[in-house]
Amino acid sequence: METLANLALGFSVALSPYTLMLAVVGCFIGTIIGALPGLGPSNGVAILIPISFALGLDATAALVLMTAVYYGAMYGGRISSILLNIPGDEPALMTTLDGYPMAKNGEAGNALVLSGVASFVGAFLATVGLILLAPVLARVAFLFGPAEYFALYLLAFCTLGGMASNNQAKSAIAACIGLGIAMIGVDSSSGLPRLTGGNLHLYDGVDFLVAIVGLFAIAELFFFIESHGKGSSIGVVLDKVSIPWKYIRQTFPTMLRSSGVGFVAGVLPGAGASLGSFLAYMTEKSIAGEKGKFGTGVPKGIAAPEAGNNAAAGGALVPMLTLGVPGSGTTAVLLALLMTLNITPGPTLFRDNPDVVWGLIASLLIANVVLLIMNVPMVKIFVKILSVPAWILLPGVTMISTTGIFALTGSYFDLLMLIGFGVLGYFLRKLDVPTVPVILGILLGGNMEDALRRAMTLSDGDPTYLFSSPIAIGLWIAAILGFVAPMFLRGILKKPQAVTD
Amino acid sequence: MTKTLLKALMTSAVVAVSATGVTTSAASAAECIAPANPGGGWDFTCRQIGKILFDIGAVDKPVQVTNMPGAGGGLAYGTVVNERGDDADLIVAASSATTTRLAQNAYAGMTADQVRFVGAIGADPGIIAVAADSDIQDLGQMVEMIKADPGSVAFAGGSAVGGFDHMKPLMVLQKAGFTDITKVKYIGVDGGADAITQTVGGFTQAMTGDMSEVVSFLANGDIRVIAVLTDERVPGFEQIPTAKEQGFDVIAVNWRGLYVPKGISDARFDEWAGKLQQVADSDEWAQAMKDNGLAPFTKVGGDFQGYVDGLVADIASMSKELGVTQ
Repeated sequence: METLANLALGFSVALSPYTLMLAVVGCFIGTIIGALPGLGPSNGVAILIPISFALGLDATAALVLMTAVYYGAMYGGRISSILLNIPGDEPALMTTLDGYPMAKNGEAGNALVLSGVASFVGAFLATVGLILLAPVLARVAFLFGPAEYFALYLLAFCTLGGMASNNQAKSAIAACIGLGIAMIGVDSSSGLPRLTGGNLHLYDGVDFLVAIVGLFAIAELFFFIESHGKGSSIGVVLDKVSIPWKYIRQTFPTMLRSSGVGFVAGVLPGAGASLGSFLAYMTEKSIAGEKGKFGTGVPKGIAAPEAGNNAAAGGALVPMLTLGVPGSGTTAVLLALLMTLNITPGPTLFRDNPDVVWGLIASLLIANVVLLIMNVPMVKIFVKILSVPAWILLPGVTMISTTGIFALTGSYFDLLMLIGFGVLGYFLRKLDVPTVPVILGILLGGNMEDALRRAMTLSDGDPTYLFSSPIAIGLWIAAILGFVAPMFLRGILKKPQAVTD
Repeated sequence: MTKTLLKALMTSAVVAVSATGVTTSAASAAECIAPANPGGGWDFTCRQIGKILFDIGAVDKPVQVTNMPGAGGGLAYGTVVNERGDDADLIVAASSATTTRLAQNAYAGMTADQVRFVGAIGADPGIIAVAADSDIQDLGQMVEMIKADPGSVAFAGGSAVGGFDHMKPLMVLQKAGFTDITKVKYIGVDGGADAITQTVGGFTQAMTGDMSEVVSFLANGDIRVIAVLTDERVPGFEQIPTAKEQGFDVIAVNWRGLYVPKGISDARFDEWAGKLQQVADSDEWAQAMKDNGLAPFTKVGGDFQGYVDGLVADIASMSKELGVTQ
């Protein structure tokens, strides 16, 4: 019962009218930041850190505000994925696959409420997992070395083929384009810049947000211009907003499974929320099989990635708090916040600063409940925004995302790159090449390469090192099965996959 | 319909303003550029020094902190050199990472003599650590192991290959007369804590980094620090021997300091040096160092420029040997 006593301590720290007000404000700001393409959770939190200094907030208040913004942004990312087919941030990428088709089918309200509930379930279970298992799970990170991480990323890429559209070759080409873009920047294993053309702006590589906004929002704008404002796919049929109990019941097992998958991905410092939502989606897709009709706007296709990415967001706090190793970009920023508050996360944090740890956990629970309550009525507001004609909405969204990108680095170069990605996205869509694998290639490719290079350094280039532990072997088997199984299954079923987009 | 649009635009305007508002400032106040995102070491340097400068009355307006991340500080360096070369109200946060990258020509051809280094007023001592259950007992034993079989000890550190964390064990090995430094295994991971995770997990045999990165793991008994790379033992960690007393005279600390544009007058340069000395002598800075695991390391003015020049030359020659310099 020590846990309950600790939790009571946490709530006594985090629960006051003032901090509650901060939580509500943080959730609201976070949702908007998450929903706007170009402003992800990590830059949202980064931008707000100076503000929390300026307001003179104490450690607890600052933590409550930041975690509210963090969770808020994780919720918010799904909104533009579902309504605009433009992911609001990296982890919301997978939600576009079924969320947008569902909105096109006239169920925008249902999709938003369902994804809100899935987000709640994922985040809630992850917070519970954090409370009960953090000290134990922290040891898991010690089991993952370069070889294990490489196999984990390989697993993600092997299941990629079955993900988007009907043409696997095109998915593979798209993933390769993404991998190629991920090569740009300083190579961490030799310290030398690659493919930068001597341009300092490219030394840090290509920011995911620039790629996402370019490939989705700017490309959409080009299509819009081409069709003289008529043929845009933006603009969904509105419906009445009610709580879709049927979908929630139907997808509940999916939410539980996806929360588990997402949480585990989040706990591994080298993985993170994007991999969590991706693996959650692919797991559910393979469980459902061809009959699941993933990609056509099915409730499970929304529940899985949303539960997955929110659970991963909670899971990512485990290595951050217990080891000081951030599991995602956003936890890196939260880690920085803790350090500026003179708190150094690490194995002694739970012992030395229980008020901070449990205050943080309590504020996560508070933020989560506030977000659930806030999101159901707010769905109406977001859906109503869509009654704005596309010729105003689309340029508006583009303008805001461009401002967001510019605010990141204050460099015009990112804006040029943004347009470049827009052009790329336009041609890819003309050629019917899916753009989601491009983003995944950029997101995961760099990490996968780093893992391989480190493994090769440690083993003097001996490839058998990659199969040297039971975990690595298990992941290799899963990866090979994930790659080969769909080919054989298709042969047995002798039915071409339904052409869907 | 127009109303909802208005609402949507207003919310976005608020966000956009709050997003960009951070970087604008009044013209006359001093400005400190942190060449990284909020929260890192450079950001800490700007915020702490800026705050103390104002608190002790060395400047009459609060110091404006601007975050300018990009190219590991190269973007900010380029801006100072090319666009603000004579701005006397500008200070920029720097650390050993700045000099390492300059020495390796990683700032697109810009060199260390294109700005003036004002001083350093604190440092995170460099350390070499092993897992608690490791067979390695001291630095001498580790050096002998590497001499016998360079591949037997792999290091993990928080900086990329060729970065300052990589240089630390190499400096020790060079002092020991081991020159085949390309044979030494090193992997760069995402930060010191990650490097410790890899070492405790047994994937690498040793970790190289800064004292502040290992304090919590040390207290928890996960690792042993076999050497600290300072002149004398660090206050609060007296049980940890220096590399120097083990026979390897290597000083490698991650100093925290400032540089200013080259084009300012000597009078203004001396003025900044004096102000920085004031900060170094203040109680507030002593407290800030204690809270952040920094050890005293004060070198201000001409003395510091000499130290920087020496460091740049050392790292440049080693990097050439490693093949990390273009």
